[in-house]
Amino acid sequence: MSMVSETATAAAGRNTRSAGWWIVALAIGGILFALAFAPFLFDNVRSQQVAARICIFIVLVASYDLLIGYTGIVSFAHTMFFGLGAYGAAIALRGMGPGWDAVAVGTLAGVGAAALLAILIGLLSLRVKAIFFAMVTLAAASVMLVLASQLSGLTGGEDGITYRAPDLFKPATKLWLDADGKVATLWGVKLNGKLAAYYFVVLSCALLFAVILRVVASPLGTVLEAIRENEMRAEAIGYRVVAYRTGVFCLAAVLAALAGSVWAVWLKYTGPDTALSFAIMIDILLMVVIGGMGTVWGAVLGVTLMSLAQFYLKDLMEVAAHATGDLPLLPELLDPDRWLLWLGILFILLVYFFPKGLVGTLAGKERRA
Amino acid sequence: MSATPILSLSGVKTDIAQYHVLHDVSFDVPEGGVHVLLGRNGAGKTTTLRTIMGLWQARAGTIRFRGQEITAAHTTEIARMGIAYVPENMGIFGGLTVEENMRLASHDGTFDPDRLSRIHTLFPAMKQFWAKPAGALSGGQKQMLAISRAIIERRDLILIDEPTKGLAPAIIAAMIEAFREIATESTILLVEQNFNFARSLGRGVTVIDDGRVAHDGQMDALADDSALQTRLLSLSLDQHQ
Amino acid sequence: MERLQQTVARMGGVNLLPVAVALAALIAIGAPATWVTLTVAGLAMGMMIFLMASGLSLVFGLMDVLNFGHSAFISFGAFIAASTLALLSGWVAADSLLYNLLALGIAISAAGLFGLVAGWFFEVVIVKPVYQDHLRQILITMGALIVAEQLILAIWGGSPLSVPRPAFLQGSWLIGDTTIEIYRVFAFLLGFVAFLGLRYTLKSTRIGLLIRAGVENREMVESLGFRIDRLFAGVFMVGSALAAIGGAMWAGYETLITPDLGAEMMVLVFIVVIIGGLGSIEGSLLGALLVGLTGNYVGFLAPKLALASNMILMMVILLWRPQGLRPAVRT
Repeated sequence: MSMVSETATAAAGRNTRSAGWWIVALAIGGILFALAFAPFLFDNVRSQQVAARICIFIVLVASYDLLIGYTGIVSFAHTMFFGLGAYGAAIALRGMGPGWDAVAVGTLAGVGAAALLAILIGLLSLRVKAIFFAMVTLAAASVMLVLASQLSGLTGGEDGITYRAPDLFKPATKLWLDADGKVATLWGVKLNGKLAAYYFVVLSCALLFAVILRVVASPLGTVLEAIRENEMRAEAIGYRVVAYRTGVFCLAAVLAALAGSVWAVWLKYTGPDTALSFAIMIDILLMVVIGGMGTVWGAVLGVTLMSLAQFYLKDLMEVAAHATGDLPLLPELLDPDRWLLWLGILFILLVYFFPKGLVGTLAGKERRA
Repeated sequence: MSATPILSLSGVKTDIAQYHVLHDVSFDVPEGGVHVLLGRNGAGKTTTLRTIMGLWQARAGTIRFRGQEITAAHTTEIARMGIAYVPENMGIFGGLTVEENMRLASHDGTFDPDRLSRIHTLFPAMKQFWAKPAGALSGGQKQMLAISRAIIERRDLILIDEPTKGLAPAIIAAMIEAFREIATESTILLVEQNFNFARSLGRGVTVIDDGRVAHDGQMDALADDSALQTRLLSLSLDQHQ
Repeated sequence: MERLQQTVARMGGVNLLPVAVALAALIAIGAPATWVTLTVAGLAMGMMIFLMASGLSLVFGLMDVLNFGHSAFISFGAFIAASTLALLSGWVAADSLLYNLLALGIAISAAGLFGLVAGWFFEVVIVKPVYQDHLRQILITMGALIVAEQLILAIWGGSPLSVPRPAFLQGSWLIGDTTIEIYRVFAFLLGFVAFLGLRYTLKSTRIGLLIRAGVENREMVESLGFRIDRLFAGVFMVGSALAAIGGAMWAGYETLITPDLGAEMMVLVFIVVIIGGLGSIEGSLLGALLVGLTGNYVGFLAPKLALASNMILMMVILLWRPQGLRPAVRT
């Protein structure tokens, strides 16, 4: 009897998938398609830059969701790990020259440092309350930011580091030659190093994202959710909560550092604003909340929407600021530089009213079934 | 039995997180004396007290105090209506002195000298450790302080959760005396696992099992009927006799 | 070893840590005059940070609420005081102690008043709906911080703002070859008075008794018939006002302030409450003095390590006492 009714509910659940779930699935599918073929779909440099940034941030946000959504811990140090990976690659590329050996050494060093720091912070502060942990990570991230600007010999200080990427990624590199010995084109796009660089980013990020999906679907993911739902009970059943949490924190740190290295190779520049600043941490938080905490796929949606908003919201505010030019204070509030103000308000409203974010809210019924 | 009961629960259901703890609890506590709430571990006795006190909200049912509904009232209001609560962990403020603990229990921070001296007679330790931090008291002394707090002002109803837990027999004997005296002016609703202790004090008794009332009656009748005891309380009797 | 421990405990235990730090610094620095200057600076800084941290710590202890937007009160306090002083520039520069004091008093009151009102708003609108939910609490107060920082940028602009100091607090005393800035002494005294006031309120008044009891066991205070939520709103307001006053004092100390001020101080404030233990003002004072002294000594000995040194201090203390040096008692 109960078997039958359960099957019936499950079937009903599958039926309710239609509306919200399909919208989300279509949107995510569309975004992934656009990212995969961005060089062929958009012909200007700027949109490729945006697409690469979206790829990197999907990994960054999804790995952060492992912490905040799946484990229920809030860290403010995710950019710190991202930055460690980026600076590792950057410093090695500057010091050893533009080779794959430099990328490997730099990435390894950055990832190693990130893992070590994550273990240290985790063991020190994951034993106590979540709030303690949030404070410690915030303090650690701030100190790292100050160190990066002070140790300018190593990090280039506020100016950051400029360097060259491996030769394969030079725009002059010819990947494929046509009959005349010139660089071949496919659908009107030159098969040069720039294209290689973009697909290096896409494939690396796809690989990292697959790892995250695998982790979430694995028994580890289930244990993490058990810990999030009821820490005491998880402990009582015999899971070593601190070890698991530290492990996940470490894993997320490593993933963020790897994303940072890829970012550094793509950008050929690493500085506080691109890899370490607190503004990036705020971006990540907004993206996670928009996409929905506890849904890795939400990261795709959250990152894309936020990235687009960053462009269009500014345009919109520009117009609004002009329109209200004669009123007191309003033009200052609507200044395009103040776009974070409105995103901040949006963020608060989202956390209040849609704590599950877009994906969680739209596809909610499906998740339950 | 015609007088209005001081406390009356009817069809009370309480959930804690996603768990249904109280399924359907209905019983009356008559005015005066000690009414005992018996039951196994996890049966829902503590939840019943906490629901009465407003510390957990009932999902359904009504709770009336002197005929007035208090089901949805705030804990603070319930306390001010004249109900005192002595939780299982005693709720002592360990960083405060005995005196400060007592001052908090009086609505304006002053003491009625007669009542204070009566407490000092009942529990001499309270006088001895008056200015000491309550955290330094022994378990039995903490229990005495918790009870002293509940009676420093006259309360109509005192809810007490397992006062004998972990206490030495000598202290339990003293506790029986104290409770008898308190029961002359206030009604006590006592949650107890120690059947002997409960029997020596209780007039009415309600047995809760699995979130429901399993038996409601007079303590004398229950004490004489060993078959009923075995059926209702097999576990507690095994533990305590 | 055990006897040493007992002796240390009798002399004040962890309260001696700032003294130990000061003595170690004296040996490391060598020059007593420099050491005195640094110590005064450290104590003054510590007291200002104490003002900022104490409210945060008390609010957390009482209600298990940690306001990540706390630094907004610090920044607003600083900027409001700066604007008020600029507005009263005539009185500020006047060669009359009375006018100086009046200007200073109005500036600090304006900051404090703002703290009270904004604290009330924050408590009711931002924090109350997420009392029991730590995760959303962190996110929402963080969101509020972003909005507040942007508001400061919108109102005061992004460029540094200079803060006029009242004439009587200008300059320094020269004792032997030691220079002591007057403003530092003033900041220390103000912080110390605030500490004494808080301590008196907590130890000797009925409100204080309720707060201490509430920190230990919220439910029991309610079961005894007291509305803890109203008490909490009051503590939140006072804590916010103290932070704003701390920010105002800091503005006068720095004399040039930028909108980053809040975020910079917040790191120190967090380190202080973690070191000191959440929920007790004695812990906050101890942590603040340690952070202030360490920051100044290390800033002199190895300038680049100043902030990192506080981080290391925090790590070491967390290893030794995960709950901080003097956490509030919880039963």
